[in-house]
Amino acid sequence: MTSAFRRLLDPVIDNNPVTLQILGICSALAVTTSLATALTMSVALTAVLVASSTVISLIRRHIPNAIRLIVQITIIASLVIVADQILQAFAWQMSQRLSIFVGLIVTNCLVLGRAEGFAMRNGVGASALDALGNGLGYSFILLIVGAIREVFGTGALFGHPVLPTLAKGGWFTPLNLMMLAPSAFFILGLLIWFIRTIKVEQVEHEGTAIISADEARKP
Amino acid sequence: MAEFSPLTLWRRILALPNESRAKTVAVAFMVALVCAALVSGTTVVLRPFQDANRAAERQERLDAMMAELPGMEDILARSGADSLEAVIVDLAAGAVAEGVDPAVFNRAAFAADPATSTELSADDDIAGLGRRSDFQQIYLLRDGDDLRLILLPVSAVGYGGRIEALLALEGDLNTVAGLSITGHSETPGLGARIAEPGWQALWPGKEIADETGEIRLHVARGGASSVFEIDGITGATRTGNAVSNMITFWMGPFGYGPLLDALRSGSFRP
Repeated sequence: MTSAFRRLLDPVIDNNPVTLQILGICSALAVTTSLATALTMSVALTAVLVASSTVISLIRRHIPNAIRLIVQITIIASLVIVADQILQAFAWQMSQRLSIFVGLIVTNCLVLGRAEGFAMRNGVGASALDALGNGLGYSFILLIVGAIREVFGTGALFGHPVLPTLAKGGWFTPLNLMMLAPSAFFILGLLIWFIRTIKVEQVEHEGTAIISADEARKP
Repeated sequence: MAEFSPLTLWRRILALPNESRAKTVAVAFMVALVCAALVSGTTVVLRPFQDANRAAERQERLDAMMAELPGMEDILARSGADSLEAVIVDLAAGAVAEGVDPAVFNRAAFAADPATSTELSADDDIAGLGRRSDFQQIYLLRDGDDLRLILLPVSAVGYGGRIEALLALEGDLNTVAGLSITGHSETPGLGARIAEPGWQALWPGKEIADETGEIRLHVARGGASSVFEIDGITGATRTGNAVSNMITFWMGPFGYGPLLDALRSGSFRP
């Protein structure tokens, strides 16, 4: 694997922002009641992440250290507003369903984390790839959780019935728990357990629950 | 003598050490400027699309509300009309507004323009609107000569921003046929519950004013105990108060009061 390719794929499983770094949990709970909202949120977050990392990497040599966080957050917030406005203009129904959560991308630690942790000290190409990879990693988890919740909560996928529900004369009883936020916690927990059973190196060592900043930055 | 042009200035700023005060201020200013331009530009460019979406949603709510009102289809079928009549009225005169083209009528623009709106004094402005448009677009449904239904757009400032709604009154102009919240920015889970169908279903059959003409309909604290009360929403007192004030204001002398009087006396001829 070339390094660029690895940079893109590494955050999807091996260094996933949601299941390994446990970032972006809030939106992962809120927007995963259906696959369509999870997909829209994923696209919005990935777009914002790639754009912000690219821009910040582009001007990284001219950002004074004293105001770097403010500059980063200003750029991210502007891009989030733009993404929200575009959704409101061209996907009105979807933006109503996502309500405030597109706007809350600005508080998603994932975006600021990539800007501060990677884009500030790497070139434009590498930063864009890293951002895209992390966006895909986030999207991957969101889509899994969204698909599980929609199938077991409503018996449908993307609104198309896949399991015949009792209400429509079938055999499947929708699990109402799946429509509530706690179910996303359970699914995420099981997912993390599953991934760490296969990839044992992701298990945190006893006593070092928090990875030091230098260790986290290692590619 | 050094040549002085914007380009050399730009280069000199970029060449400054990052930690110098001048560069810090310059970078902060540039980032703010570019971001502000980006955000304002997007908002301006996309505004027409968003307005169209909102208008379509309002129309949908209107249709949905019409579909839910009891017996509405019968009236529509008998009167031969397939939809409502839209009329623009002059609020102060309580009459049809002459010279306002429905095609160009824009409530938000009219309410902001001093030429077509009235500033409300603090005592009169119970709904917190500041200015009130002199004209409003209302919807009528008539069966022959009898007025069966009138839809009135109303608004008030709530806890998180402006609440917009459509109030439907029956032909007696005192019984509520329905209320549909068409826009709000109240707290999700608390005040935002005014937009839920369950709460809006409490409205039909309630009465606006008692025999003396005093406007009494309001959102109660707790459960409703009379025909002039709507169940309050726990944790959303300010939203409930705003909805109460909205009814009091728009049914009163600065809202649709003159229009309703004209309708009762029969002098209003759309």
